[in-house]
Amino acid sequence: MIPQLLQRLVATIPVLGVVAIAVFALLHVTPGDPAVIIAGDYATTEDIARIRSRLGLDQPFLTQVAIWLGRIVRGDLGTSIFSGLPVATLIQQRAEVTIALTVAAMLISVGLGVPLGVLAAWKKGSWIDRVVMIFAVSGFSMPTFWLGFLLVYVFAISAHWLPVQGYRSVADGLWPFLRHLTLPALTLSLVYMALIARMTRASMLTVLSEDFIRTAFAKGLAPRRVLVRHALKNASLPVVTIIGIGFALLIGGAVVTESVFALPGLGRLTVDAIIRRDYPVIQGVILVVSIAYVLVNLVVDLLYVVLDPRIRY
Amino acid sequence: MSDLTRRQFLVGGAAAAAVLRAPAVHAQKRGATLRFVPHADLKAVDPIWTTAYITRNHSYLIYDTLFGTDANLQIKPQMVDRWSKDAKGLRWSFTLRDGLKWHDGKPVVAEDAVESIKRWSKRDPMGKLLAAHTAKITAADRKTFTLELSQPFGPVLDALGKPSSNVPFIMPAHIAATPDTEQIKEVIGSGPFRFVKDEWQPGHQVVYVRNPDYVPRNEAPSGSAGGKKVSLEKVIWRYIPDPATAAAALEAGEVDWYENPPVDFAPRFETNQDLTLFIQDPRGTQGWIRPNHLHPPFNNKKARQALLWMVDQEKYLQAAIGVPKYYRTCFSVFPCGTPLASEAGAEALKKTDLNRARQLLKESGYDGRPIVVLDPTDIPLTHGAALVTREILTQVGFKVDLQAMDWSSVVARRAKKEPPDQGGWNMLFTWWIASDVMNPAVHAGISGAGAGAWFGWPEVGRIEELKIQWVRATDPARQKELAAEIQRVALDEVLYVPFGQWALPTVHRKTIKGVLEFPAPLFWNVTIA
Repeated sequence: MIPQLLQRLVATIPVLGVVAIAVFALLHVTPGDPAVIIAGDYATTEDIARIRSRLGLDQPFLTQVAIWLGRIVRGDLGTSIFSGLPVATLIQQRAEVTIALTVAAMLISVGLGVPLGVLAAWKKGSWIDRVVMIFAVSGFSMPTFWLGFLLVYVFAISAHWLPVQGYRSVADGLWPFLRHLTLPALTLSLVYMALIARMTRASMLTVLSEDFIRTAFAKGLAPRRVLVRHALKNASLPVVTIIGIGFALLIGGAVVTESVFALPGLGRLTVDAIIRRDYPVIQGVILVVSIAYVLVNLVVDLLYVVLDPRIRY
Repeated sequence: MSDLTRRQFLVGGAAAAAVLRAPAVHAQKRGATLRFVPHADLKAVDPIWTTAYITRNHSYLIYDTLFGTDANLQIKPQMVDRWSKDAKGLRWSFTLRDGLKWHDGKPVVAEDAVESIKRWSKRDPMGKLLAAHTAKITAADRKTFTLELSQPFGPVLDALGKPSSNVPFIMPAHIAATPDTEQIKEVIGSGPFRFVKDEWQPGHQVVYVRNPDYVPRNEAPSGSAGGKKVSLEKVIWRYIPDPATAAAALEAGEVDWYENPPVDFAPRFETNQDLTLFIQDPRGTQGWIRPNHLHPPFNNKKARQALLWMVDQEKYLQAAIGVPKYYRTCFSVFPCGTPLASEAGAEALKKTDLNRARQLLKESGYDGRPIVVLDPTDIPLTHGAALVTREILTQVGFKVDLQAMDWSSVVARRAKKEPPDQGGWNMLFTWWIASDVMNPAVHAGISGAGAGAWFGWPEVGRIEELKIQWVRATDPARQKELAAEIQRVALDEVLYVPFGQWALPTVHRKTIKGVLEFPAPLFWNVTIA
């Protein structure tokens, strides 16, 4: 198992290399120039040229790629063109927020989405099934920013139960942390919860029609035991796949959620960096997120083995 | 699992709600900490390296200036105790006041001021003009420095007390020795607040604490002049990019002051009894239509003059700002409400005449090629102006290629001198706060230096001659005459077209008192009830 795991990890390196070079190339064909932004309104052409030279932006493209990759290999993500702070520090400052938000959203989504999907499949055709499916379709249809503002209006502005915006670290106490995270996590989780509920329902319906389920009922097992121990376990592979893919969805959704709730996370760091064409920050964040995405999918692959012993890599 | 009755659920829910609500009440209790939502995120901390207003505003907390600009635009000493000049106005001497200290505890000396002025004058246009007229600037002793001019330079004090970017902030000499193309590494000022670098999170928050060693002047505060008396212990800038979220946070009492709300939020704030709307910079901002003088059709004076006749400022301001009480028409290149404002040569700007515009366009020999208009759709006011312009240009007979993009792309694109069909442009829109365009020495639009002029690159020798005469004039009456003449030439050559002026409100909670009028938010004199 461990050699296979190492093999998978090594196989991720070329993937990350391709991602890194693709991001670098895309950024350099995008309109915009940080030197012009830095130089400001009164800059002369010579001022801009001097700044470009100092930033190394006047070097040929391949030279810039080589310099950047060389730094990455040494573990140096570079320095923000604007703040002068190391990119690693900026990512470290923001990572806690995005991890907390993503994990909370994932827990809510899985914690509610899976039971709802199971319930809908179990009560197929009933009013419960219809309510769950209406909820799922609504969840897909509601834009994240709209839902965010709706929740803020109801729970923060009208009821004053929860804060409108901001983030408190878990180091400041569990209660402030949870209060600030509740609305963003709910906002972010809804689409994902709907997706998981639908996928679980579809997968469960397939499994529930299998002979072994009929046999389990015929043996007189309790419905809860049949659903959880027999049906859900066998229906979980597609659900686990969706959870892995959904990680990317959550990272994408976090950009909007972080803006609506003014959370200082990686999503906003990326957007701000793109607006300013802060190349080292954009490249650094995308690389780190890619690594996280690859690792999550590796974990998903390993879970397949746990859930279905027939699977071998 | 026990069954939960509806009554138990409601009781439990109410109890949970009460618990959830409690901390919101406690959150209202605070010391002298001001929570401020700035107009942008603080990305860079060097006010000489960048002209970004957010960096300028940050620097007003950290650094001090030799001179300040008061609410009536008068230049008053700030770090300077006394100053003198010789009869010809060529040798100036400045002595720093007692008690000035850097945030690391070292005393401020004249050498610091000299090095700071030298660095500033490499970047700032007014600084460059001053440097071009300077023979020598040296420290005479620990508290006094002298400025020896090679030729007369009228606005010496206006330059040293310049209120907006780049402001000649004074830094320690070893920091000011940083090349102007490189950002400073340390933030050590002598101003009324200290920057808490460890708590700075770009994209989220900036924290400042009161500088206990700061010795304010005795005069009443006014603009950046007078006594900078600080009541606040701490100022936290909390960047909230979404206007609706920032507005909701202000209404909920989670922040105290929202610097730059969109104007369409104003009616909502006006009805809120906990909030005060305040015009912080009454002189406001001027909008521009800038033609590119390098390429057809606007390399032809008549085609540019057609623009002047087609602009109806009221129409532009309606689209860009929308609320009449926050804007005004102004037919001057120097903002209305500033000393050099006049209507000299503004007949075409005051009167809209599309037939005249069509006639001028025909006389220009316009060949019908599409003109590339840059439209920054993420800036509502310039986007509004771009849409109005497209309509009018089409009515006049131009073929318009309106290109939508974000502001960062405009900033990159405007620097391109290539023809419009090869990545260049014909027309763009921008805006300047009044302090940045209130005299010919700072006004980016008043330049006919060709390749050395602001984007659009007009080449008008007469403007350059008049500008030199203006900076060398020492008599205010003569300066005013020259400014009127500069305006005549600028409008005749159509260096740019001003499309109006506006002053938008800032908003804070009623508990905040003492906010000063100035182009930048100032945090001294501010108290929280």
